[in-house]
Amino acid sequence: MQDYTTIVKNATSSIEEVIIGEEMLINMGPQHPSTHGVLNKVLKTDGEIIDEVFPQIGYLHRGLEKIAERLNYHQFIPYTDRIDYISAMNCNFAYALAIEKLAGIEVPKRADYIRVIMAELNRISSHLIFMGTMGLETGAFTPLLYGFREREEILDLFEMTCGQRLTYNYIRIGGVSADLPSGFIDKARSFCNLLEKRIKEYHNLLSYNRIFINRMANIGVLPQDLAIAYGVSGPNLRGSGVKWDLRKNEPYSVYPELEFDVPVGRGEVGTPGDSWDRYIVRMKEMEQSIRLIRQALDKIPDGEVRSKVPRLFKPPPGEVYVRAENPRGELGFYVVSDGSTNPYRLKIRAPSFSNLSAVPPISKGAMIADFVLLLGSFDIVLPEIDR
Amino acid sequence: MREQEIFERLKSELGDDGVEFYDDKLSPFIKVYPVHIQKAAHFLHEQQGLQFDSLMSLTCVDYPDKFIIVYHLFSMRHLHKITLKVDVSKDNASVLSVENIWESANWFEREVYDLFGLRFEGHSNLIRIMLPDDWEGHPLRKDYQYPATYHGVPAG
Repeated sequence: MQDYTTIVKNATSSIEEVIIGEEMLINMGPQHPSTHGVLNKVLKTDGEIIDEVFPQIGYLHRGLEKIAERLNYHQFIPYTDRIDYISAMNCNFAYALAIEKLAGIEVPKRADYIRVIMAELNRISSHLIFMGTMGLETGAFTPLLYGFREREEILDLFEMTCGQRLTYNYIRIGGVSADLPSGFIDKARSFCNLLEKRIKEYHNLLSYNRIFINRMANIGVLPQDLAIAYGVSGPNLRGSGVKWDLRKNEPYSVYPELEFDVPVGRGEVGTPGDSWDRYIVRMKEMEQSIRLIRQALDKIPDGEVRSKVPRLFKPPPGEVYVRAENPRGELGFYVVSDGSTNPYRLKIRAPSFSNLSAVPPISKGAMIADFVLLLGSFDIVLPEIDR
Repeated sequence: MREQEIFERLKSELGDDGVEFYDDKLSPFIKVYPVHIQKAAHFLHEQQGLQFDSLMSLTCVDYPDKFIIVYHLFSMRHLHKITLKVDVSKDNASVLSVENIWESANWFEREVYDLFGLRFEGHSNLIRIMLPDDWEGHPLRKDYQYPATYHGVPAG
């Protein structure tokens, strides 16, 4: 995080220039409806046109990586819930994958399927919030209520499974904490049927709404090479037309046994890689997640849901970098073990961190009102940027 | 391409005394000498058949006698990956920046500078990213002393 005075000093050659000249510095944040958290953007503007953006992050820095060094491997799982609280299951999942690879722990097949079901449900709920907030950004309030209505059903499913609605601590090292409760599979199936119909409604209401398209198309175009160079991942990268999904290209868990497509942005209504493309990729991903959940519900075998892992275990000295496809992109865990009960070093590579770093280069020349959309279409979550 | 082959190609470019290969079972890596990191990064990024266009992660580990900077590289085009490591001594904790090769390194290096206090030579904007400008010390170092207060507010 940088002091405001330092930013002013770097952005302008002299303070007179700010007062007399054409350019103006505007603080957008840290409290602002469009930030989805505590993020300050200092905009250097010429009238309504943005010349440069200086994102200031760090307001939510809690030192998760330092905390990890003081806890044993099991104890850190609740903290992974707080990396990205909107898709906590996926964060649990990625962390468990990393530690299992480091310590060579096998996971029962049934647990693998449960994990995929939970991860995909959480992906849907995360994208529903995205759809709602994207509506808000364009001035449409209704989609938010629609999105939260369906998300509620997913949270009910999570609550009956693990008792929690936001931070689950459900996917553990070696499996999951408890088996699916009775009635879960039927309820999940009927939810899939319901959501399938509702997604069509969302498309009619928002996606192909003329006003929405006119607001979203051609805004914040992210070219492919720039996206890759800045380490952009997930739906933002796919929105630029790169067919890249870790579930497909670097498959983990039971994803190879399930069929699904990877939607990419094609510039249907504007330029490839614009805000609308990033939006529609997420909407199409929800349909694919429904497909995945249905297959997993059909194929789920009986058996154990957790292999025996001692409370205090010592992985052999070594290190791994494991990444998984989160709703926001590539979540990576780099874990170094020195053979003791705690990690020697744990680095969290958060997708939103790199995604946000690509925002300044593409917002040059954008209008302030469009910048709200542009940033919203990246679907960043602040706790995972600041960690 | 396998890690061994990538290493052979890098060795032919930098010479025997520039790089070493460690065939660790879980995660094999190439150790690059600090002076060669720019050249190695440039070679891996540009060379036909290698083309590591994506820097997945850049971080640092604090060992008792040295810092090790870890680069996780990936090629979207050829779908292969490699880990590079650079030893940095504790007395003169600085290394060449790779920001001019992968733009994503800009924020990663700022984070390492902020939390470990390592300097990256040639970085365009090496300032703290997570912590306030007037914060003392670098928290992810193993010998970090927790402050009692920050601007009069208890910090423990």
